[in-house]
Amino acid sequence: MKLNKYTEEKLARLVLAFFTFLVVVVLASILVGIFMKGLPALTWDIISQVPKGGYYFGKEGGILNAIIGSIYLAFGASLIAIVLSVPVALFMHTYLFSFPAWQRRIRLSLDVLWGIPPIVYGAFGFNLMLMFGWSSSLLAAIITVAFLICPVMIRTMDESLQQVSHSLFESAISLGFFKGEIGYKFLLRQSLPGVATAFLLALGKGIGDTASVLFTAGYTDYIPESLSEPAATLPLAIFFQLSSPIPEVKARAYAAAVVLTIIILIISLSSRLITRKLSKNII
Amino acid sequence: MIATRLYQEHLRSVWMRIALGLIVILPIAIGLSLVYKSWPLLQPNELFTNLLSTEWSPVQGKFGLWPFICSSIIVSFIGLLFMVPVCLSAAIFITQFAPAWLSRSLRSIIDILAGIPSVIFGLWGVITIVPMVASLAVAYGATNTTGYSILAAGLVVSFSVSPYILNMLMELFESVSTDLKESALALGASYWQVIKDVLLKKLRPGIIAAFTLGVSKTFGETIAVLMVVGNMVKVPEGLFSAGYPLPALLANNYGEMMTIPRYDAALMLSALILFMIVLVFNLLARTLVNHYYTKL
Repeated sequence: MKLNKYTEEKLARLVLAFFTFLVVVVLASILVGIFMKGLPALTWDIISQVPKGGYYFGKEGGILNAIIGSIYLAFGASLIAIVLSVPVALFMHTYLFSFPAWQRRIRLSLDVLWGIPPIVYGAFGFNLMLMFGWSSSLLAAIITVAFLICPVMIRTMDESLQQVSHSLFESAISLGFFKGEIGYKFLLRQSLPGVATAFLLALGKGIGDTASVLFTAGYTDYIPESLSEPAATLPLAIFFQLSSPIPEVKARAYAAAVVLTIIILIISLSSRLITRKLSKNII
Repeated sequence: MIATRLYQEHLRSVWMRIALGLIVILPIAIGLSLVYKSWPLLQPNELFTNLLSTEWSPVQGKFGLWPFICSSIIVSFIGLLFMVPVCLSAAIFITQFAPAWLSRSLRSIIDILAGIPSVIFGLWGVITIVPMVASLAVAYGATNTTGYSILAAGLVVSFSVSPYILNMLMELFESVSTDLKESALALGASYWQVIKDVLLKKLRPGIIAAFTLGVSKTFGETIAVLMVVGNMVKVPEGLFSAGYPLPALLANNYGEMMTIPRYDAALMLSALILFMIVLVFNLLARTLVNHYYTKL
């Protein structure tokens, strides 16, 4: 049977809309599922206390250690990553301004880096740790995660720097500015929303990633006080508590998941707001 | 004045070069460190027996990686099977058919989905997908009725990777010039015919590249898969059978790997395999895209 092209078009639209709807359903089912399971178990104690004796058998305490550990880890890693990423992104658009072939090669290697699974970064971080003779610590985890998020950061900044008009660079050069000055004084300001988005994207990735810190963070019931101490993170807390056979502890994994989801949602919403706010400097 | 400017410029340029150097060296360093650590198992005769053997008992020094490799391949394949229709349809719908307001809100939804950590996807899998698969397994009379299976892993992984693929596909569909669509429409084609016969044909290399990257992403997905796949060391026999992909092997056993001789080498070998596969798939996809765009 050959379909009339109008019926075919209608049918196609229906099928496409259905599959698109499926994506929405999945997000809704994730959020509803996590909140339904997690909210009943979420108490103030869980957010405000560190685990006490017998916590993992369903007694008192909370996951404050994991929340603080995640925040330390993500901010530390994002800071290191931004110190490394901003110069690389700017270098690509100032010193390599007239070498598109090199820009392409660097982009390729960044994309490849982006594709490497977090668990491989974790293994690499572990190897580094052994090489330098460190033990599992906040610092080792921060460095591993910084490597993991660098490619994302650079590519996001690179995308926004590509939007900056070429004539800005050319006029600045003709006025006698050095290339580095152009980068830090003009291009950076032009791509400020891009930098902010990149930072928040990286922050979200840093808070959410489990596999890369599995080897390096260690896990502890205390809030880390220095870089050389082990740290707990939220995803690890969820992961470990979920594998417990005790129902109360399992419920706490869901509660921790609610906390993590809320943090991630706040980050992604604020990245939208900031992008809008910072766009005013753009020519 | 000019001296300080020159000095600052020098500092900036040196720091830029150091940072770039670090980033460029990173993949090489990762590869070398994995090769170095897995060296004991990389001897030619050892390597093949280990890669193709199904015997896994670290205590006896038997590191057959075949069940893990098989599980990884099957999970990625199932993931791809679910990913292709969903991502392709959603990308076409959002860029071509949806009205502006709907397209905007759908994009925000995809952005939010992209930000959700893989451990949350895993949790969602445990809550929602695993019971679903379990009832399906009962309906089809499978022996494993817990629901923790490669099918569940494939489903979870396809949705955890899809925002990444969707963003690439949407970019691809937007890159096509309106002229092309308009001329096809002017010849009397319906909108759907334009998409089917013009856009899809024109963008085929890009679409294939996007899904190649998607497969390599599913290959490396660790926690979400680990939580729903069942983790049993055997070559999966059916959709409802449990599996044990490479990343899960790595994540589950890092704690004990220093206590048994050559265990660490075996785990690092599995990391090396993951690394190599991702490298090959990425380079393949990117060259495909580059080749195609230079011809355009």
